[in-house]
Amino acid sequence: MSSGSYNLTHLKVLEAESIHIIREVAAEFERPVMLYSIGKDSAVMLRLAQKAFHPGRLPFPLLHVDTTWKFRAMIEFRDRFCREQGLDLKIWINPDGVAQNINPFDHGSKKHTDVMKTAGLKQALNHYQFDAAFGGARRDEEKSRAKERVYSFRDRLHQWDPKNQRPELWDLYNGKVNKGESIRAFPLSNWTELDVWQYVHLENIPIVPLYFADVRPVVERDGTLIMVDDDRMRLLPGEKPMMKRVRFRTLGCYPLTGAIESDATTLPEIIEEMLVARNSERQGRVIDHDESGSMEQKKREGYF
Amino acid sequence: MQVVDLSREDIHSYLARHQKKELLRLLTCGSVDDGKSTLIGRLLHDTKTIYEDQLAAVRRDSEKVGTTGAGEVDLALLTDGLKAEREQGITIDVAYRYFSTDRRKFIIADTPGHEQYTRNMATGASTCQLAVILIDARHGVMTQTRRHSFIVSLLGIRRVVVAVNKMDLVGYSEEVFERIREDYTGFVAKLDIPDVAFIPMSALKGDNVATRSEAMPWYQGPALLDHLETVHIASDRNMAELRFPVQYVIRPNLDFRGFAGTVASGILRKGDEVTAIPSGKRSRVKSIVTYDGELDEAFAPQAVTVTLEDEIDVSRGDMLVHPDQPPSVSNELEAMVVWMAEQPLVPGRPYTLKQTTRQVSAEVASFRYGVDVNTLEHRPITRLELNEVGHLQLTLTQALACDPYRVNRATGAFILIDRITNNTVGAGMILEGGRPPGDVWGAEPVARLKSRESLVAPAEREERLGQVPATILLVGLTGCGKSRIAYALERRLWDEGRTVAVLYGQNMRQGLNRDLGFTADDRSENLRRSAEVAKLMNDAGLVTIGAFVAPHETVRERAKDLIGRDRVLEIYCTAPMEVMRKRDQSGAYRLADEGKIAQMPGVTAAFEEPKSPDLVLQTDQVSVEESVDRIVELMKARGFLTPRA
Ligand SMILES: Nc1nc2c(ncn2[C@@H]2O[C@H](COP(=O)(O)OP(=O)(O)O)[C@@H](O)[C@H]2O)c(=O)[nH]1
Repeated sequence: MSSGSYNLTHLKVLEAESIHIIREVAAEFERPVMLYSIGKDSAVMLRLAQKAFHPGRLPFPLLHVDTTWKFRAMIEFRDRFCREQGLDLKIWINPDGVAQNINPFDHGSKKHTDVMKTAGLKQALNHYQFDAAFGGARRDEEKSRAKERVYSFRDRLHQWDPKNQRPELWDLYNGKVNKGESIRAFPLSNWTELDVWQYVHLENIPIVPLYFADVRPVVERDGTLIMVDDDRMRLLPGEKPMMKRVRFRTLGCYPLTGAIESDATTLPEIIEEMLVARNSERQGRVIDHDESGSMEQKKREGYF
Repeated sequence: MQVVDLSREDIHSYLARHQKKELLRLLTCGSVDDGKSTLIGRLLHDTKTIYEDQLAAVRRDSEKVGTTGAGEVDLALLTDGLKAEREQGITIDVAYRYFSTDRRKFIIADTPGHEQYTRNMATGASTCQLAVILIDARHGVMTQTRRHSFIVSLLGIRRVVVAVNKMDLVGYSEEVFERIREDYTGFVAKLDIPDVAFIPMSALKGDNVATRSEAMPWYQGPALLDHLETVHIASDRNMAELRFPVQYVIRPNLDFRGFAGTVASGILRKGDEVTAIPSGKRSRVKSIVTYDGELDEAFAPQAVTVTLEDEIDVSRGDMLVHPDQPPSVSNELEAMVVWMAEQPLVPGRPYTLKQTTRQVSAEVASFRYGVDVNTLEHRPITRLELNEVGHLQLTLTQALACDPYRVNRATGAFILIDRITNNTVGAGMILEGGRPPGDVWGAEPVARLKSRESLVAPAEREERLGQVPATILLVGLTGCGKSRIAYALERRLWDEGRTVAVLYGQNMRQGLNRDLGFTADDRSENLRRSAEVAKLMNDAGLVTIGAFVAPHETVRERAKDLIGRDRVLEIYCTAPMEVMRKRDQSGAYRLADEGKIAQMPGVTAAFEEPKSPDLVLQTDQVSVEESVDRIVELMKARGFLTPRA
């Protein structure tokens, strides 16, 4: 490289910043963990972690909080990918929720998420005594996230207090916590959805096939297309699964995740579709519709 | 997210283009109601970063809580974050927004304009390369504008866009805009901000935000977005001195020991000799390893892993540097600190200081002065309260490898952490080599000292030397002729049997004042020290001739006070700008035009004409000889050339 060309593209700058954050957390915390949700953001975050410690292995495990209602394709992908990459994956399922048979149909999306995801995550963090948890959240996802720190401080009850967050200057992160307290670290804070997709494309990062269009059985409910992923799906009277060419912009519990009709079967096509889309990514998540500012409420309670 | 029209372009070429984008981080600051949220909303909207569902939500909210008139969508609502704030109708804290154009991806650090302000602005500014400072055209430059600009310069942002907003409410008047531009230019000269652009706009109507406005044909410059897309930013990085703070040691097996970290500045090459700080041990770079293959060189801000030829002991917190460019290593720091906690900073209390990847214990040894963020005045302090800024001296338990923040943001910055609450309570910027720069005119000496008087009376000196000592202070812009007159005057006085010496600014800077640059602070300090020397020489009985640019009236006044008003003659040398430019042999004007030297008085920084000089020499009209005649005449008239008997 000749002098004068010492410029990095924005993706390379973002990549370097994320690697810096990941290394910083690994160096300053005793028991970090990476939350692995199997989605595209997790996939990118994981690749960045691999880059951060290459040629060594990840100095922390992955954690998947399984609600038992994830798409089957997600679980298959998770198990195969972690095996192939030799990753230390911990899976947590809230035993209380299982005992009470909590599910999205009888208990609604809010209760189901509260118990299986939010409470489950807290249980797992307590159980393993993790003091730092990486998450793949981005600041561009939602208005209330725009102020989220890279190191988001959580008290002993894993709660987030918007008034009690530390100023974050330069790349000097403050990792001081007392026993029982923890941080959530967000290495992808400054990435946008387009950045993530471009990176997946450029780096050839494997992602769950559900992101690509295929013919799948769906029902239409309140204007949302829900995939009938297994026989636990309760059909309402008159509802009949139809085969449609669909894909998903975000992945979660299948009864709570809306599909979009699409012909996009390659990454460039997905990106193309996203670029001309008129609706934001979060619309596919049923959970957000409840009330305005609901994401913030969730965050206070400890949901990611 | 950008919603784009792909009908005319293939996705592959779009992607190829968008992979080559640069990143620009910018800060927006303004007082409440200057229109900051509207401006950001407008940028997001006009770059199509908003989705329809979001826009619909904003339309809905506009009717409920919006402040715009009927029918207009309140774009400010797009950026209002947390629920509590929304209800109060104000923004608190720092929020980050994202948008991109074909050329660049932008990250906006959006900071609010009220009490918590200094703290939030400093936080937002710390990662930014450029600041947009909003001014309401109806109100012009206000106290807050000064405060914003000071914090921006304190945090080392070198580029500012002054967005003169709400031009629609002043009839798009050029005169209003020009007045604000003049006011601001005069004020900003005191700060270290070399690149300032002014753009008249209406965030509400979209004038000069994304596209040039037709309402202001008198404005020839770019719209804000054009400016942001093209402003030159690469030169802000320090590429000269290698600093590689080790973050993490990677040891997958006995054969591999890699030092992982982010290149903070400079360029690291395979085969380079490096010194590990603090051990001082040397080795060579064996390889630069990344997941994507080995590199021959790495530069800031790349995150890489380095292996060395020799097994020297290196761990987290150490720094690799080139042996011929060591950082300063010291356990005493001079720094500007912004205080961010309710509980004040007091001397003697230990804090954890984090700089690069290193943590040490630090406490305040002494407070030099506090800066009033509104007036920029310095005043003595004994503690630092929330949102205050002060210059202080810190003592550390272990030495730190660091550079002045001005030279290297990555190794010159630190945070202070409270030991008990674990909160981040202070942000610090390291100053050059232990010297308290800036305003020391009024500062107390460090310790209580006794002075002694000379046993030789001034009258005895006057009698022996046959003269009454005086300082002839020649001031004016580069090329005004002051130094030629100074030396000619010295020759004349010498030939007449006087004992005389010249203090010439450029010579002073090569010796006594070698550590000073050309900021307003450093110019002030240059003159202060020179005035102290002039005073000593006068006290010793010599006639002293000073030749300095001395662009600031207040600083000149202080120099005169210091030397003693009754023995100073202030002489202002001037000529038309073309003449001065032509005379200038150093090429300083040309370099300033090209942006290669910052803060050149008369070009990119202000020169305040002396208000009441003892003599004005129009050097394009009077010769050097004649100038000397006039000065000698004046000296005689004032009684300096004959002892008072
Ligand atoms: N006429 C006019 N009004 C504006 C302009 N920019 C903002 N405003 C209005 O000024 C008020 C304050 O704007 P806002 O963006 O909320 O200010 P902030 O407090 O700086 O974020 C709102 O009523 C805006 O609609 C402008 O360029 N022209």
